[in-house]
Amino acid sequence: MKRVLGYIKKYGKEAFFAPVFKLLEAILELLIPLIVANIIDEGINGKVVGSVYRGVIIMVVFAAVGLAFSVLGQYFSAKAATGFARDLRGALYKKLLNSPLRVTDGIGVSAMITRTTSDVNQAQTGVNLFLRLLLRSPFVVVGAVIAAVLINAEISLVFVGVVVCLSVVVFIIMKITVPKYGEAQGKLDEVALAARENLTGVRVVRAFGVEEDEKKSFAQKTGAYEKIQNFAGKISSLLNPLTFATVNIGIIVLIYLGGIKVEVGILSQGAVVALYDYMSQILVELVKFANLIVTVSRAVASAKRIDKVLSNDEKEEIYEKIKISDEYMEFKGVAVNYGNGVRAVSDITFSVKKGQTIGIIGGTGSGKSTIVNLLPRLYDTSEGFLAVEGYDIKSYTPEEMREKVGIALQRPAVFEGTIRSNVLLGKQDASDEEILQAVDLAQATDILKAKGGLDAKIEQGGRNLSGGQRQRLALARALVKKPEILVLDDSSSALDYATDLNLRRAIAGLSYRPTVFIVSQRTASVKGADEIIVLDEGKTVGKGTHEYLMKTCETYREIEFSQTDGGLAL
Amino acid sequence: MKRKEGASFLSRLFVYLRKHKKSLVMILVASVLGVASTLALPLLFGRAADAIVGEGKVDFNALWIFLTVAGVLAVVNSVMEWITEWTGNKIANSITCRIRRDAFNSLQRAPLKIIDRRPIGEILSVEIGDADKMSDGLILGFSKFLTGILTIVGTLVCMFIINPVIAVVVGLITPLSLFTAKFITGRTYSTFKSQAEITGKQTDVIEQSLGNLAAVKTNNAEKRYAENFDEINSELGKDSFKAIFYSSLTNPTTRFINALVYAAVAFTGAMLALNGGALTVTAGTLLSLLGFANKYAKPFNEISSVLAELTGAKACAERLFAIIDGEKEESEEGKADVKQPVRGEIEIKNLEFSYDRSRPLIRDFNLSVERGQKVAIVGPTGCGKTTLINLLMRFYEIDSGVIKIDGVDTRGVNKRSLRSSFGMVLQDTWIRKATVWENIAIGKKDATREEIEEACRQCFADGFIRRLPKGYDTVISEDALSQGQKQLLCIARVMLVLPPILILDEATSNIDTRTEIKIQRAFDRLTKGKTSFIVAHRLSTVKTADIILAMKDGNVVEQGDHAFLMGKKGFYYSLYTSQFEKN
Repeated sequence: MKRVLGYIKKYGKEAFFAPVFKLLEAILELLIPLIVANIIDEGINGKVVGSVYRGVIIMVVFAAVGLAFSVLGQYFSAKAATGFARDLRGALYKKLLNSPLRVTDGIGVSAMITRTTSDVNQAQTGVNLFLRLLLRSPFVVVGAVIAAVLINAEISLVFVGVVVCLSVVVFIIMKITVPKYGEAQGKLDEVALAARENLTGVRVVRAFGVEEDEKKSFAQKTGAYEKIQNFAGKISSLLNPLTFATVNIGIIVLIYLGGIKVEVGILSQGAVVALYDYMSQILVELVKFANLIVTVSRAVASAKRIDKVLSNDEKEEIYEKIKISDEYMEFKGVAVNYGNGVRAVSDITFSVKKGQTIGIIGGTGSGKSTIVNLLPRLYDTSEGFLAVEGYDIKSYTPEEMREKVGIALQRPAVFEGTIRSNVLLGKQDASDEEILQAVDLAQATDILKAKGGLDAKIEQGGRNLSGGQRQRLALARALVKKPEILVLDDSSSALDYATDLNLRRAIAGLSYRPTVFIVSQRTASVKGADEIIVLDEGKTVGKGTHEYLMKTCETYREIEFSQTDGGLAL
Repeated sequence: MKRKEGASFLSRLFVYLRKHKKSLVMILVASVLGVASTLALPLLFGRAADAIVGEGKVDFNALWIFLTVAGVLAVVNSVMEWITEWTGNKIANSITCRIRRDAFNSLQRAPLKIIDRRPIGEILSVEIGDADKMSDGLILGFSKFLTGILTIVGTLVCMFIINPVIAVVVGLITPLSLFTAKFITGRTYSTFKSQAEITGKQTDVIEQSLGNLAAVKTNNAEKRYAENFDEINSELGKDSFKAIFYSSLTNPTTRFINALVYAAVAFTGAMLALNGGALTVTAGTLLSLLGFANKYAKPFNEISSVLAELTGAKACAERLFAIIDGEKEESEEGKADVKQPVRGEIEIKNLEFSYDRSRPLIRDFNLSVERGQKVAIVGPTGCGKTTLINLLMRFYEIDSGVIKIDGVDTRGVNKRSLRSSFGMVLQDTWIRKATVWENIAIGKKDATREEIEEACRQCFADGFIRRLPKGYDTVISEDALSQGQKQLLCIARVMLVLPPILILDEATSNIDTRTEIKIQRAFDRLTKGKTSFIVAHRLSTVKTADIILAMKDGNVVEQGDHAFLMGKKGFYYSLYTSQFEKN
């Protein structure tokens, strides 16, 4: 919580003034019943016109001043809450943006979005309501009780009784409804899931002709949701009637006891009216206070979640630069552990000469991507070392390595914008000529034609592109910066063989001769590499050229066999 | 125009309300009784207060009577309020539930072109988010709107009966309440709207950058995104401030107006009391009047906020109705089933089709497939291989020409029976959150355990399923399985039903090639004598096909068997050779 609360410090002034002004307003409000009592006792019953005038003028002035105080209070509180939320959101986003992937992987994308959006909003609402009601509500309740005690100590016991009863009512109702609403949320999630599955699987649903089953199961899920909502609604709609009943009965007792006191001359009629007024004020404030408790407890839960993200200070380590290898690149006994205790790859050893092409092949989950993700320091080795130009890769900052390495990721990321803006992400100051060259190299010129040039709109997530088009656009992005090390992580899996072949030829012909890593499931893609690493379940099972592996590596031979003529021809 | 829309929205709602006639009457009665008792209470308290004028002058008899009646009314009041709120809740929940079902059911009959065209998130936000917002609006509408109006009217009437002068004074302040309520809700609405818009924009930025963090990082783009975010964030900060500040003005202004009404009542009342005469008031009436004054201003705000909610609810409901009223596939009633047993002969004649009339796609396509033949569809990425499947399954309707199954026009048989003649495995796997068992049995609900296990063994899925924590009873979901495992389950689904014609659209693209061979063999064994359509970009898969359709830019450019097309040295030839050419 500390880190989250720290963001309110900047708004200390606002956070101080907001409750103070609300408190001032409350004091004025508490005085009103006393003035009315005075009007009745002195004005009406005592026939003093002056005290009526005085009383009413004071009431109007108090109302106006109270309004001003209150508006100021709301102003400061809104300022503090939104400022706090803005800073918190910014800090949280940047924290996530700059965290190593091993940290963000553990959180997950949808949780990250929830943290930065709805959790921050909850915290904002919490701060806002807290500042507004923190002093006001308890003050009004306590103040009204004290005023009652001052008027008559015995009768004030009725107040205490009402406050206790109301607290119990609110507590019990919330105790029942809060978990029920949680349950309802769960049922709604199920409804949403059913609706989503029905849409994503629309072809399967129709192919099997099970629309009627779908309708039935959806009706059943919405029915379950309705049922639980009805139950929660039934209980929570008791809140208002029960509070009113409590207060009304309190008032009845109050007036009756008041009558007894007036009869013996301990109390005036005006005082009874004033007590009645205080009772109404307590009612309003207690309902608000119950709200405050719900909101603040939600906000605290959100703040705790945010705090957990903010307080994770894990960063990529930066080692001292000490020469540990004579090769251009050397993997030595490399193992990578993604944090769940299981090694994704282990004991990876090979070296690379500048300008070489390295192929990495293996089935799904064999650890191919893990190896190349080390190069831009997306992840770090947990055992062994990877040396680049003689120095441990951990002695380079991630930024340095990312300058050197151009990588087309396995899951191609395409951003909302234009084709140009997507390619420019790779090199901010690239000229149109450079962009077009990269697009051409990536075999993506036909996308330009189909979509209408560099400024063609790309929708969010590249929805208006096919899988192959997305891959090629991501490739162009990696190529535009003319990287020293080029990594193609299964970047041609959605391309047909002809396009894939043209792509490999284009890359082989690059004038600046980058060191290239090609990751693939297809032997055809890595066949031309200077060295091919064959992986199986995180371990190297073969190393060498295509011809050498065909002779020595059983796994490689099987893969090759399954993908060429002899394989699927059956 | 606008009014008409509003009217149609209301009349639509009334259709759903019809079922709740009894509940509606109950709400009406309960609100009237509730408001009446709410208003009667201050009156009784006033009379009771009047019974305690001063020392030795307390009329305990009257006090007792008034307070007893008040006690009964307090109970009645609470019960009525509870009935109003609870019934309102119930009706709103029921309407929402039914509208949501209607929207869902309507989508089951919507043509695929409608569904494909809209992002899934958008439809879902209507089905889930909008429906919920509508429900909130309706609940408020049922419970607050009527009572609000009744309270305002009732208060004025009561005040008028007690003391016309004071009622007139209060009435004069009314426009002020209306004006401020309107001002605040108007302001709040527009600031909330712009806040919502900017929030949407920000969520997009967050989703795109954090969802593609590896890409952002490898391009060293963290700073650029942070700057971009800061810009939107400070804009959002400003908008949120406005929205929160304006909306938080409601309570202070209500309190202020209440205080004014209060002071006015106190002043007029006191002056009347002092002057005596016909319109004089007692301390007790003053208490009643002050009680009314306290109740008077609040409903104005409530009603205006309910109106704002209802406007929102109306917009949500309209989006739901748009789905419910959306285009539907024509009724299939009365159309015959495909004649059993299905032989599996497919004939396509002069077929024309396009997704978009202005861009013709398939033109004059002819194909004749005999029973048991294997048809392979090949071509470069994005050439429209799946279009043919869309047409065969009647996911999309052809523009002209004819597709015949066993000599009968597919448009003449009902879709359900047509589709059940095909077994389809698509590249995009679909797994629902359910047990393995339920996932596989989707096409054959009454399949026995043995049948399902057998189907899984046939496609080599049995092994990994058994290794799952609870075997076939494990609840699986999209992200719990690898792409390849999901494909195996999809294949098992079809293996279980094994219809006469098969469609495999890159069905094994994510399965490692060694397993693929085994599955392919199983398919070949099981499909012996069955007609099959296979989409693949692995040309080796299709070499043995009886008919190969080579597609390019949506059109079939070549047709024939492997030997024939290789001999032609055309498009297929170049596709095929590129695979084996040495670098």
